[in-house]
Amino acid sequence: MIDPLQLDLLATHYNYYAVVLLLGIGLYMLVESPNLVKKVIGMNIFQTGIFLFFITLAYRAGANPPVVEEGAGPYVSPLPHVLILTAIVVGVSLTAVALALIIRIYSEYGTLDEDTLKQLYYD
Amino acid sequence: MIEHVPALLVVVPIVGGAVPLIASLVSDRAGWPVAAATLAVHAALAVWLAATVVTDGTVTYVLGGFVAPYGIELVVDGLSAAVVLLVSLVALGLLAYARRAGPHANTFYSQYLLLVTGLSGMTVTGDAFNLYVFLEITGLAAYGLVASGREASAAVAALKYLIIGTVGASLYLLGVGYALAATGTLNMADLADKLAAVGYDSTLVVTAFALMIGGLVVKVALFPLHTWQPDAYDNAPDTVSALISALVSTVSAYALARVMFSVFTVDFLTAVPAARWALVGLASVSIVAGSVLAISQDSVQRMLAYSSVSQFGLVVAGFAIATPTAVVGATVHLLGHAVMKGGLFAATGIIERDTGASAVNGYAGMAERSSIGAGGFAVLALAMVGVPPAVGFVGKWYIVVGAVEAGLWPVVVVLLASTLLTLAYFSRLVERLYFAEPTITEEEPAVADGGSAVSPGMLAVVVVAAVLAVALTAAVPTLEQTLIDTLPPLLNP
Repeated sequence: MIDPLQLDLLATHYNYYAVVLLLGIGLYMLVESPNLVKKVIGMNIFQTGIFLFFITLAYRAGANPPVVEEGAGPYVSPLPHVLILTAIVVGVSLTAVALALIIRIYSEYGTLDEDTLKQLYYD
Repeated sequence: MIEHVPALLVVVPIVGGAVPLIASLVSDRAGWPVAAATLAVHAALAVWLAATVVTDGTVTYVLGGFVAPYGIELVVDGLSAAVVLLVSLVALGLLAYARRAGPHANTFYSQYLLLVTGLSGMTVTGDAFNLYVFLEITGLAAYGLVASGREASAAVAALKYLIIGTVGASLYLLGVGYALAATGTLNMADLADKLAAVGYDSTLVVTAFALMIGGLVVKVALFPLHTWQPDAYDNAPDTVSALISALVSTVSAYALARVMFSVFTVDFLTAVPAARWALVGLASVSIVAGSVLAISQDSVQRMLAYSSVSQFGLVVAGFAIATPTAVVGATVHLLGHAVMKGGLFAATGIIERDTGASAVNGYAGMAERSSIGAGGFAVLALAMVGVPPAVGFVGKWYIVVGAVEAGLWPVVVVLLASTLLTLAYFSRLVERLYFAEPTITEEEPAVADGGSAVSPGMLAVVVVAAVLAVALTAAVPTLEQTLIDTLPPLLNP
């Protein structure tokens, strides 16, 4: 027997589904895609899932932006937003380094395909 | 002034790291002097801080005047002081090696200083999210350093390292999110109180622990998650292999201990026995699998990388057993391993430059052609196996005694077996170096990554590492006293 409260949770927490979906898609691309650039895109999607998770944590229904004002009601937590700004910067740097490495690999081996690369690499 | 030192340990190398890039406009060789000056200042600060911590106890620093738990706090206790001292001195020492051996570009030294920034930051921070940021700074610098070799295969190894490392750090970040959802705070001391209030068996708290520790285990490179490490160490320039093998996994293991003892505390491990068993089990598998894989390697540097997988299993097992003796042992082995493994990688670089040998069979009879390199290698290898006066013995001994105290007999068996396996893969190299007929006969040795011959600085690094591997044993009582002063609040005796 399913508790009605649980059904309610399942029906309303759709933002968490998005988080799980993004994490799943990201990890799948990271592991399965033989193309190095697509791997990096997968890495970005995985990180975006985490960003969305933090932003979801901050959200309160009907709350105001975190600006101090007379008579303002509840406001959303600013902390996760700040953290995610930092994490986005980190993510951009990682993408840049990854793409720089990929350029180097491509100019040397002439391929972006991981399987071909493995054969060249272990020769 | 002393209260500013924790912040200066991060500020000095990051500012110094920007200088070689600007100096490129003037000179192509400005990187090394700038790095040497910066790291000399960093080392002086680290020594001063460690001396203060030994006499006066924990030093805390409030960043920007925002008092914890709202602001970011830097905390240096006995454990972090010892690790930051190690980071500083090893980085400074390996610069002597890099003078001749290393890549000489200014950008290389910028990355070198950036790595020291990240490692110092991970060590001194008292904030769970800050730890993530420094973890990624360390990672970014390490990926760049691995790729700095001339061979393009270094770029492939670095990309593999980057992808696996990013997943590890991201899992840690996700764990921080769970901890934040459970408690609303990021300060480690505050988290420790509030997680206890939430209840250790709460799903949120257990998930946070699993994700944070899981992420850090990738960075430490325990067994099934170690695959980036052999490629990275094998393809990076010699200086970088020595630096990264000595410091990056070491500081990640420190971060793991910090999360386990300062954030979740030993009470969590007692309340959720599955977490402790999972860690001890993973560590035991890592100890055995790392050793077995090391025995089957042909390249000496890959063998050393797999040896790290095994040795870090030992360290994590010591932390997870979590009796004061075992934790002291794990810390001693953590610090000792950094000196020994860094020295071993430096010695392989010297032997390769002297003789052209990089495979296990090539080492046969090379002691004559590279006497100091081979001598240093032999001393460090025996220290790593755990021959008594060396620091490798003391660490293992404490961990085994800790395991006996905790009644974990299977772990004791694994620890003793691992010592035999370690002896197996190191003794065959030492035996070949001294007692076998040479297989490499050409007069002109192959020279790797751009360096010419071996410099006195490179030899000095290996000799100092070999001496320290034995002499550090004398420092163990001081370290033990400092840790015991620091650990009771962490370990709740």
